[in-house]
Amino acid sequence: MGAPEAETQAAVGEPLVVLSGVNKHFGTLHVLQDIEMTVHKGEVVVVLGPSGSGKSTLCRAINRLETIGSGTITIDGVPLPEEGRALARLRADVGMVFQSFNLFAHKTVLENITLGPIKVRGLKPAEASQRAMELLERVGVGDQAEKYPAQLSGGQQQRVAIARALAMDPKVILFDEPTSALDPEMVNEVLDVMVTLASGGMTMIVVTHEMGFARKAADRVVFMSEGQIVEENTPDEFFTNPQTDRARDFLSKILSH
Amino acid sequence: MSGFETLFGEYNVFGAFWVTVQLTVWGALGALLLGTVVAVCRVSPVGVLQQFGAWFVTLVRNTPLTLIVALCSLGISDVMKVYLADPDSNTFIVDNSFRWGVVAIAVYHASFVAEALRSGINTVPTGQAEAARAIGLSFGPTLRHVVLPQAFRGAIAPLGNTLIALTKNTTVVATVGVAEAAYMMSNMIEFNSSLLYWIFAIMATGFVILTLPTGLLFTWLSNRLAVHR
Repeated sequence: MGAPEAETQAAVGEPLVVLSGVNKHFGTLHVLQDIEMTVHKGEVVVVLGPSGSGKSTLCRAINRLETIGSGTITIDGVPLPEEGRALARLRADVGMVFQSFNLFAHKTVLENITLGPIKVRGLKPAEASQRAMELLERVGVGDQAEKYPAQLSGGQQQRVAIARALAMDPKVILFDEPTSALDPEMVNEVLDVMVTLASGGMTMIVVTHEMGFARKAADRVVFMSEGQIVEENTPDEFFTNPQTDRARDFLSKILSH
Repeated sequence: MSGFETLFGEYNVFGAFWVTVQLTVWGALGALLLGTVVAVCRVSPVGVLQQFGAWFVTLVRNTPLTLIVALCSLGISDVMKVYLADPDSNTFIVDNSFRWGVVAIAVYHASFVAEALRSGINTVPTGQAEAARAIGLSFGPTLRHVVLPQAFRGAIAPLGNTLIALTKNTTVVATVGVAEAAYMMSNMIEFNSSLLYWIFAIMATGFVILTLPTGLLFTWLSNRLAVHR
């Protein structure tokens, strides 16, 4: 664990993802309320909060898998485009790792990773395969390249999904509860990969319930409740000295065991 | 066995069933192409295309095939003089009616293919398309590389049903003079009515030979190609 100053140091960089005045409603439910958030290059931001607090919606809004009602989201200075090719281009730069992995079920592990680089980035298949193998080795599933996703364990599938996101050389990767669908014994193998990525300087926005990961890898914790960002702080400060009642209440519920 | 020999001697049974096979193959190919386009329209984000898809399926699926065949052959070809073969060729009448028959069969069954495929698309979890979009694929490539390949596998069984129905429905184009199996059958009944049981046996056996392997093949395919999740 570095000192808080070191962590704020790491957070210094160009603003990469900027949300400003973002609002979203699901019917009468106000799921995102005037969200203001800036994530800098190289920063690892962990979004915490109880179920239904809007943290997943926030994460999905950043690459427009969820549309927003009002406000602006910019990525590397470019406002999120409407549907179409411009949006597809921007999404190629924003990696996403889902709770339920969402590997392409009819493609092998290797094909899962090479699809984007070949079809979106225009890489030659041989080139894409070579790079994919490197990434699979890096996340520790190099020997599974020819299998289909259903033949892999959840932890292996999620590591493949991380490799798939990395293969696009994204500017930022969004993690939407990446370990919530995993059996407990597989959580760590995924978190280890994420910690390595974080220390390698990848910009990450991570929605999770893994407090250990937040403590170990996050530069900043964003705490959400009922559609609002209630508290933002360094992990040390947040866990040891939460400023709001809602954060204290949340922490007392999850840390009491 | 004399009745059997008489019929095979007087009629080109294999030739007639060969025309049925050709109608089936070309009709099925056309239906698959057109049906895929219609299904894609129905799931596209463009309102006009969705409406076109829904409109096509509702209109075509609920129109009797006989009517569509009559429209193509008598209406568009004979009255409006839109020909699909060279009018000066010796085989014009045969070719033109065969081709319009294929069009009618393809258009009619496209509505069923589209619905089978749409239900196949519904078997693909939304996360698959989301993951495809998240790596930067736009609508077309997402469909082509991720959704449709899985949708076809999910729709194999209903597509097989449609193909079997299509095989049997080719008999309808006998009404406009395409010399396929049913056309031969009506000639047999007219000129050899004493051999009715033999005629029935030949026709029934012929269609069983055509459709039974199709059914077995598609059952095998649906197991073989099933997407494991």
